[in-house]
Amino acid sequence: MKIAVALKQVPTRDALLRLSESKSWIEERDVSFEVNEPDAYALEEALQLKEKHGGEVVVCSLGPPRVQQAIKEALAKGADRAIHFEDTQFTQLDANGTATVLSKVLESERPDLVLTGLQSDDLGYAQTGVILAERLGYPHATIVMEIQIDGEKLRVKRELEAGWFQWVSMPLPALLTIQSGINKPRYASLRGIMQAKSKPISKVTAGELGLGSEDLSPKQNIVRLYVPERKSNTEFLQGSAQQMAAQLVDKLRNEARVL
Amino acid sequence: MKDGILVFVEQNGGKLDRVAWEALAAGQKLAAELGCEVSCVVLGKSAAAAGQQLASARVAQVCVGEAEPLVSYTPDGYALALKEIIQTLEPAWVVFNHTYQVRDFAPKLAASLGGGLASDCVGYRVENQRVTLLRQAFQGKFACEVELTGPAPHFVSFQAGVFREDSVERQSESAPVRTFEISIAPGQVRTRPEEPFREAKQSVDLTQAEMIVAVGRGIKGPEGLETVGKLAEALGAEIAASRPVCDNGWLPMDRQVGSSGQTVAPKLYLALGISGAIQHQVGMKGSHTIVAVNKDAEAPIFEVATYGIVGDLFEVVGPLIEEIKKLKASG
Ligand SMILES: Cc1cc2nc3c(=O)[nH]c(=O)nc-3n(C[C@H](O)[C@H](O)[C@H](O)COP(=O)(O)OP(=O)(O)OC[C@H]3O[C@@H](n4cnc5c(N)ncnc54)[C@H](O)[C@@H]3O)c2cc1C
Repeated sequence: MKIAVALKQVPTRDALLRLSESKSWIEERDVSFEVNEPDAYALEEALQLKEKHGGEVVVCSLGPPRVQQAIKEALAKGADRAIHFEDTQFTQLDANGTATVLSKVLESERPDLVLTGLQSDDLGYAQTGVILAERLGYPHATIVMEIQIDGEKLRVKRELEAGWFQWVSMPLPALLTIQSGINKPRYASLRGIMQAKSKPISKVTAGELGLGSEDLSPKQNIVRLYVPERKSNTEFLQGSAQQMAAQLVDKLRNEARVL
Repeated sequence: MKDGILVFVEQNGGKLDRVAWEALAAGQKLAAELGCEVSCVVLGKSAAAAGQQLASARVAQVCVGEAEPLVSYTPDGYALALKEIIQTLEPAWVVFNHTYQVRDFAPKLAASLGGGLASDCVGYRVENQRVTLLRQAFQGKFACEVELTGPAPHFVSFQAGVFREDSVERQSESAPVRTFEISIAPGQVRTRPEEPFREAKQSVDLTQAEMIVAVGRGIKGPEGLETVGKLAEALGAEIAASRPVCDNGWLPMDRQVGSSGQTVAPKLYLALGISGAIQHQVGMKGSHTIVAVNKDAEAPIFEVATYGIVGDLFEVVGPLIEEIKKLKASG
């Protein structure tokens, strides 16, 4: 079974973010990046499926040279090879553009299963996977919490709202967007890190895919990013931890009357 | 209808939930500002029953799509049916609520029609007929304005709670209901859904708790839960958690509060090391009194907190236990 996993790099959770001069993106210098959390779960799921059913795991990532780190990490964890889509034309694509780029390679790779995270922690469009399925002509399911494969048949558990779930079956090949919590992502072993060094990473540019700027022109433009004005009626307590604790208990008893 | 607004209304066995009316309110507001017509569409089993209810709203028409493959929701069935209806009506905008169902099919639908989808929006602005949509970015750290480009139709989904269900405008005369016979060949729907279910071992009912101490990723690991447990004990509170805490297995899933967990409204909700992402907020913002302890003064949890402590939760919890014990001892 061939499984493709789409990985995105996003700023680390506690990174201090500043706006770039254009005010339509963040200043990427001095920011450290990590694999988008649901994508890390998607990778783990792919690795576990490979362990169960055999086959190979191919990691796909779009982005500048920094994404090599995410790719190497994935290879160290056990992915077999990687495709790095690197081109200045690929920066700041919207979900449509990203799905278009990925589809160009996956159309010829024809993986049995494509896994993506359900959304990214930066822009959170939650669309790339679903559009990619449409482009590839694959059936799909989103917000997946469990995967069962029996021959050509796929049965997955989707998360619905408020603690509800639903099983959905579909034929392979298919695309699934993975929800965090589906498994327990592994750490790379020392051996894995050594092996990763000899695993192939192929680089792909827009030209090689026959994609011009027209194919990638966004359907959605970021006009501007800004720090929102926080509407907060919070009463902030001041002082030492001891003082704040005392004030809080007093307020909860005498003001809010909940103690 | 051409160049108007079409609102997709999610129905559940003929029932319309709050989100259905919120979507309609969004469409009506946008239509008023753009000076165009608004219609709505409902699909699936019992769509006609839902359509009857929708006809009381001030809309140009209610479209009902019924077809055998639409009996249960599938992304293929819904995308195909809506594509056909949209191609017939040629709306300029298609409006949704950002529900789990919409997330599942709307990007496919938009892509199949070559349109863009601005998802999970929290507001919009109209200037000279140009619509700018407002979203959150970087987990609420920034706000982001986006524009959809290219020819219509444009697609937009709004976050739950952005529009109020009670702001839906009604009309005394019933709106016309138009039924679409959708032709979907059986093979075109590739996924087969089973009945929705809840995990049987949902052992904790947080909705009944008067007090909740909730922990987030700021707790760092299961070790941190010990002192928090003491705090909960001193208060007589239940322990709850944000999603990552459950994802990591530090606490069981049935302690999760938020859009995919439980929705609670206790007298006191004490949030420790929780950033306050929208998916968490929807599960707890109805609480009477909310206390947030977070080392980041900019954390979105402070948008809903009554009292806030900016600081390290591990420094605050100890003194808090002492103060509560003192209070309880004094009666
Ligand atoms: C479809 C979908 C459904 C979801 N459903 C849910 C849901 O039901 N419930 C839910 O909670 N989430 C849900 N999420 C996830 C949600 O988007 C957030 O990722 C999650 O709520 C973040 O959890 P958190 O606040 O604990 O972690 P983070 O966002 O990482 O925040 C941790 C916070 O702790 C603070 N902190 C760190 N250390 C300390 C310290 N020592 N002292 C004080 N503060 C500290 C940090 O400043 C930060 O604000 C869902 C997401 C999706 C996409």
